Amino acid sequence: MIEDVSRVGLFRRLVPRSGAVIPFTIDGEPTEAREGDLLLTAILLQRPALRHFEFGETDRAGFCLMGACQDCWVSLADGRRMRACTTPVESGMAVVIDGVAHD
Amino acid sequence: MTEHLAVDVAIIGGGTAACAAAVALREAGLTVAVLEKRRCGAGASGVNFGGVRQQGRHLAELPLARRARALWDDLNQLLGEDVEFEASGHIKLARSEADMAELERYAESAREHGLALTLLGANAVRDELPWVGPKMHGASLSPTDGQANPRMVGPAYARLARQRGVEVREYAPVRHAVSTGAGFEIEADGVTVKSCWLVNAAGAGAGVIASWFGERAPVSPLMPNMLVTEPLPYVVSRSIGVCGGDVYLRQILRGNVILGGGHGWGDVELGLARPRVEESLGCMARAVDIVPALAGAQVIRTWSGMDGQMPDHIPVIGFSSTTPRLVHAFGFSGHGFQLGPVIGLIIAELIDEGKTVSPIAPFGPQRFANWTDEPVAAYGGVQH
Amino acid sequence: MTDTAVVVVGAGPAGLRAAEALTRGGVRPILIDEAERPGGQVYRQPPPGAARSPRTLYGFEAGKAVAVHAIPARLGDAIDYRPNTLVWNVFEKHLYTVGPSGHDRLDFNRLVIASGAMDRVLPFPGWTMPGVFTLGGAQIALKAQGVSIGRRVAFIGAGPLLPLVVYQYAKAGAEIAAVLDVTPFSAKLSNASGLLAQTGTLAKGLWYIARNAIAGLLICSDVRAIGVEGEDRVRSLWWRDAADTEHRVACDAVGASFGLRSETQLADLAGCAFAYDDVARQWIPQRDAASRSSMPGVYLAGDGAGIGGADVAELQGERAALAVLEDLGAPIDTARIAALDRKLARQARFRNALERAYPYPAHLLDDVADAEIICRCEGITAGTLRAAATERDAQEMNRLKAFTRIGMGRCQGRVCGPAAAEILARTLGEDIAAVGRLRGNPPVKPIPVGGLP
Repeated sequence: MIEDVSRVGLFRRLVPRSGAVIPFTIDGEPTEAREGDLLLTAILLQRPALRHFEFGETDRAGFCLMGACQDCWVSLADGRRMRACTTPVESGMAVVIDGVAHD
Repeated sequence: MTEHLAVDVAIIGGGTAACAAAVALREAGLTVAVLEKRRCGAGASGVNFGGVRQQGRHLAELPLARRARALWDDLNQLLGEDVEFEASGHIKLARSEADMAELERYAESAREHGLALTLLGANAVRDELPWVGPKMHGASLSPTDGQANPRMVGPAYARLARQRGVEVREYAPVRHAVSTGAGFEIEADGVTVKSCWLVNAAGAGAGVIASWFGERAPVSPLMPNMLVTEPLPYVVSRSIGVCGGDVYLRQILRGNVILGGGHGWGDVELGLARPRVEESLGCMARAVDIVPALAGAQVIRTWSGMDGQMPDHIPVIGFSSTTPRLVHAFGFSGHGFQLGPVIGLIIAELIDEGKTVSPIAPFGPQRFANWTDEPVAAYGGVQH
Repeated sequence: MTDTAVVVVGAGPAGLRAAEALTRGGVRPILIDEAERPGGQVYRQPPPGAARSPRTLYGFEAGKAVAVHAIPARLGDAIDYRPNTLVWNVFEKHLYTVGPSGHDRLDFNRLVIASGAMDRVLPFPGWTMPGVFTLGGAQIALKAQGVSIGRRVAFIGAGPLLPLVVYQYAKAGAEIAAVLDVTPFSAKLSNASGLLAQTGTLAKGLWYIARNAIAGLLICSDVRAIGVEGEDRVRSLWWRDAADTEHRVACDAVGASFGLRSETQLADLAGCAFAYDDVARQWIPQRDAASRSSMPGVYLAGDGAGIGGADVAELQGERAALAVLEDLGAPIDTARIAALDRKLARQARFRNALERAYPYPAHLLDDVADAEIICRCEGITAGTLRAAATERDAQEMNRLKAFTRIGMGRCQGRVCGPAAAEILARTLGEDIAAVGRLRGNPPVKPIPVGGLP
């Protein structure tokens, strides 16, 4: 079976969650997270990276997960910038990775 | 263990102008020593906004700025490294009708001095700068102006100076200098220098140096208040200023937006400079008015440093009015970066030929001869 | 003492115990913390909705974690607790914050900085690839989010965190590809007597190692070199052991870091004097045994001024509070001070032995290629740093920063600083202390241009 690796998430849930489903989008594509997910987790459960690196042909997926390294800043369609590892995902957040943004 | 040097020209200060002068003097066959209290190019030369700008200057500075502009095109070749100069153009925004009238008046005077500026009305500004905020009444564009990297220029000149045989001494603050019959004797940490000529290019500390020679030079410390954002998609294609000068910003090709405005905090005795939060927050708000897309961006660093300013906001350049063979070049009042390369040539011309082709009469030190305020009493190593 | 503003920055174990002890002394401190919930990093609480039992999250330390978490609620109105608030600058006696209601300024009389630590990062081939996280980051993913950083994870460390994280992942059902310790096993043996100064802590550490071994998760010790391979994501990890044998395993995520590094930015802006600490391999703000810094009115507690761990942080937090109270002229509990000082001295012996048991893995920097990325924010390579040192007279860190942009990215030198200093020192043939440290500039973390977070 051929995987589309651009859609395979980096992270794996080891602990099941039972809280509310939180709908959000990545490049306009609807997806879901769970109550309690940080934005970084929400994205990396669905994607292999958070953003494209500005100074090379490579991607970034965060690093320290504690708000120190500043590697995980993502853009939302409304222009807000979020540090994904210290921001809870919210319903309706429109994450922009490849620049396709639908509000 | 104190070193003893004897040279034709001793230069106090190791910024861009000082090192550019050293290079030019070596070119003329003179021996030179540069005495820098900390690191070359790390003073005002290194902490400023990086605007390479003729537009907006006091008219007396325009001939110097126009001469300097020609030097910027060849600077990489001279210095042997990339100082990231881009002729991206400089836009000065009018945020009111009164501002626009000021720009029109200046454009008229500038034309007489050979600087061609293009005036833009409100619609033309939005065409030129699609990202600009809504309240602009117009702008003046100087297409040959631009920006460069201030962290690179001074140190590159210092490196070139060393390569050309200049005795560059860093961490050598000058403690005292006197005029003897034959020339000068200068005492710095770790080195004493005997010279025929002395150049006072000591930035914020130049007033103290001048006072050693009985010369009034009311230099006061000027701390720029600077900020820089994270890298952002490249949008701001021109270097931006405003009438009133309360904010200026430019975006480098890597994407960071550098912005500044107002004044930081400084302690001349301790040699410390820090940005002031209230000024920084004000700059940020004014920057968002000009570039609304900046609202979501993050500021990642702020800084300051210490420049020297004169009461009339134009520098002191020229022969001392009290002491033979003493040349002054200081007090650039927050806008010396673009001039640095030409100030070096002017200093060298004054020493080597006794005169300069540039019109420096308005900058003579004698204009402060009857100044009654006390100059700065002491100076120290600057941290920024 | 209601007219004296006492501020504690950081609600980890040090800050929480400091706030608590201050209230016992009749002070109502302001407790400011960046996170939503108290606990710092070591006792980090999951967000609401991701809760799990303290036993699961904190193991042997569950009791301690629960106790410090309870402090703000228990103190109630006796403290002015401000979570979700970043202190981004200190200047003279002013603190500048940004939080849910925008920008604010606090004037303080006494300031306790309990800023904690982050992982110490050293570069290796592939370290900036998506899927490579710090070891602490890998732990946070599991603890705070109940996720594994990948399907098949390799762990690399140089401290007691390694066996703990491996144990936690294994217990949660993760597939573990490899466990590498870049420090020599012999160092642990030769420092065993010092480690015995805290038999409880030692026993816990050994327990994790034993449990991992039972599960077949053997630590490969004394690893000499490592590298992560993959095109755009992690595919495999290779390493060279002490016998110079090369190994390779398939994996899709790596948790790797090499000890801890104090977060010293606020102490720097507050004007505290720093000294180079050879054991920490870092410039650290100086503090006395009572947690006073060199700056009158500023106190430093916890890992933010030297790594000591959570237990030491609690003691130092309380000790700092007692120093504040003493300096305010309040009556002091000399017996309690003496007891704290004794406990701290005992802990210090243990910590010294621990640092020697897990020595700084300088050998990882022996063969850094010119093409290796040192600054992940800006993509600056080792070759660029070396050229600046040899061709452009960059003799110290701030010059290196001016010429190469190292330390100018979003992290402002937190991640790249240690390695950059090593590379500069080695290139110049200097002692690492001789190349100095990056000058601190506000903000300590990014703040929004638009003013509101």
